Amino acid sequence: MSIIVENFDLYAPRLVDKEEYFSAGHRACQGCGEALAIRLMCKALGKDTVIVNATGCMEVVSSLYPTTAWKLPWLHVAFPNAASVGSGVEAGLKVLRRKGRIADRDIKTVSIGGDGGTVDIGLQALSGAMERGHDLLYVCFDNEAYMNTGIQRSGATPFGASTTTEPAGSASFGKKAWKKNVAEIMVAHNVPYVATACHSYPLDFMNKVKKAVKVKGPSYIHCLSVCPTGWRLPPEQCIKAGRMAVQTGIFPLYEVEDGKYRMTIETRELRPVEEYLKLQGRFRHLSEDEKKVIQERVNQEYKKLMNKVECLPSWSDLKE
Amino acid sequence: MTKRAGMEIAFAAAEAVALCKPDVVAAYPITPNTHIPEHLSDIVADGRIDAEFICVESEHSALSACCGASATGARTFTATSSQGLLFMGEVMPIVSAMRLPVVMAIGNRALSAPINIWNDHSDIMSQRDMGWISIFASNGQEVVDMAIQAFKIAEHREVLLPLNINLDGFQLTHMVEPILFPDQAEVDRFLPEYKPYATLHPDKVLSMGTLGMPEIFTEAMKAKDVALINSKKIILQVWKEWEEQFGRMYEPIEAYKTEGADMLLLTMGSMGDTAEVAIDELRKRKVSAGLLRLKLWRPFPIEELRNAVKGAKVLAVMDRAVSFGGSAAPVGAEIRAALYGEPDRPLIINEIIGLGGRDVTVGDFIQIVEKAAQAEKEKPEEAYEIYGVRGS
Ligand SMILES: Cc1ncc(C[n+]2csc(CCOP(=O)(O)OP(=O)(O)O)c2C)c(N)n1
Ligand code: SF4
Ligand SMILES: [Mg+2]
Repeated sequence: MSIIVENFDLYAPRLVDKEEYFSAGHRACQGCGEALAIRLMCKALGKDTVIVNATGCMEVVSSLYPTTAWKLPWLHVAFPNAASVGSGVEAGLKVLRRKGRIADRDIKTVSIGGDGGTVDIGLQALSGAMERGHDLLYVCFDNEAYMNTGIQRSGATPFGASTTTEPAGSASFGKKAWKKNVAEIMVAHNVPYVATACHSYPLDFMNKVKKAVKVKGPSYIHCLSVCPTGWRLPPEQCIKAGRMAVQTGIFPLYEVEDGKYRMTIETRELRPVEEYLKLQGRFRHLSEDEKKVIQERVNQEYKKLMNKVECLPSWSDLKE
Repeated sequence: MTKRAGMEIAFAAAEAVALCKPDVVAAYPITPNTHIPEHLSDIVADGRIDAEFICVESEHSALSACCGASATGARTFTATSSQGLLFMGEVMPIVSAMRLPVVMAIGNRALSAPINIWNDHSDIMSQRDMGWISIFASNGQEVVDMAIQAFKIAEHREVLLPLNINLDGFQLTHMVEPILFPDQAEVDRFLPEYKPYATLHPDKVLSMGTLGMPEIFTEAMKAKDVALINSKKIILQVWKEWEEQFGRMYEPIEAYKTEGADMLLLTMGSMGDTAEVAIDELRKRKVSAGLLRLKLWRPFPIEELRNAVKGAKVLAVMDRAVSFGGSAAPVGAEIRAALYGEPDRPLIINEIIGLGGRDVTVGDFIQIVEKAAQAEKEKPEEAYEIYGVRGS
């Protein structure tokens, strides 16, 4: 896998749609991982797609009236409701097709949101949409804070990170709770396809998007998206930071198909978390002890995940 | 053929919506509107209409789903009350700004706290400035007629705005009345298929709900205001068409025995029927009183109001909501503002009545007309009063 990534120029023309559906000229910061991830997602989706975008960085940078970066039909309504608006879009397209009022072909509804719009304020709407079983792909672009409003803490902000609402200070090391794991919450909804992804592994991400839209019913991808501005790292380190998140085991890449876990990027030996943390200003204040706590937690979570990979069978294997 | 049936009004509302063949219905239960979506879900479950019924997990999601569905070009309907309407609040101004003709029935109910499931108008008044067409029904027949008219008005190419029909919780939602129902062919003749102006579809790519900077935001708000003001012309036109086809007349303000009346009552919603009985009684007693029923709340019928009050000495405006700490209750304040510049405007008294399901009786209206007569003599400073507060 890593060979392909390193020789991206060589392989990309064959593997990646040349069409740009998320075009240049949007106003994202230099080195924005979220914008890159969206561009890759659109290439994997292709033209028969409707995008529903929650409020957040990506909506703001891409839709400054009268311009738009979107070459796919795109709808933004508000911050907490990408999943419920998506439910309505999906239902609308379905019934209009059934009644012969629009062309008889598959059009996929894809709702997207940041971590704030997904794991916090939009979690209820997401849970409802997934429980109801809409034919809907939801992609969370997780940059681990409310970036659009100025780097405030979210439920997806990692332990120890300094944000503008839970900053490090002489009496605080930053965020005191652990990151909320929404991919697991989606697995608990019996969503038939759940995956984690990162733009630093572009083909892995695009393959997952392609797989997810093939599912009849709900699917969910949680895409770690590096935000150089909020993570306080130079823009050119964006890709590296994403790869370090995966290679340290902080953000493992896997998919869960019909309940069966599979690592999509195998990491034979995890790098020390220090290699990831030291890249970023948001962790600069952490003491050796605090880093140790993080390392222990990562080891434990990784083992839990490996256990699932080894032990949990696919739903179809459970049928008698 | 038109059929007469005795039916609970909430059920009748659902039957009327079904005659309009909605494509997507999304709703969340809250008393007292719940029988509307329940009955619609029955109609869908029995295959009487082909629609997607989305059992959302909240009202916020109900209106969000309607917004998404409407953006694809689907005819959409939702219903709610009270706290549910507040929960929709975030999405309310977005639906109108995006010019999506979602139709909503509101079984009007008080806002908490204390929690109270009974009728008043504080729910819709909290959403007054959201850019929706807002219409008040006073009985079951009006609910049915207005529900069918609603889609034609909202979806009209010159309107394209969401519309809410207000029916008083319990007093209307749970009342059984004999109601005339048009048949499917008659409704099909009245209501054309929805032809959306712009939809979300890959064959014609567009972005909806973009970011508006200060340079264009004022103009966007002006456009929304103009759209709502201009919708009155189409509302009147659709009502005329309704009258021609079904023989029942609708007006923004309905007058009852107002000819030469010195004192006028003005009501919204179901209390108009009670007020009518009071006016009959007062006329028997040779009291010069009449009644105005305000049906069209937004866009507000300024001209019609000015004409309707001509010659009256006192106008008693009933409100079913409080504007806490304000200069008057919502309807009272609106009417005072609309009549401010009129040279011979009547004295306006503003009575807040029927909060949280408190009964409004014929006797109450007779008392209020007596207050109006007294006010005419004493010319008090115009303010408002919460009527019938016990212990005061
Ligand atoms: C109901 C509501 N609350 C708060 C906001 C303000 N707000 C807009 S975007 C945002 C944060 C977005 O964070 P996230 O979803 O993580 O997306 P990001 O900008 O990081 O990509 C907030 C708090 C809002 N628009 N609506
Ligand atoms: S703040 Fe972060 S997520 Fe937002 S545009 Fe800039 S780099 Fe991208
Ligand atoms: Mg974020």
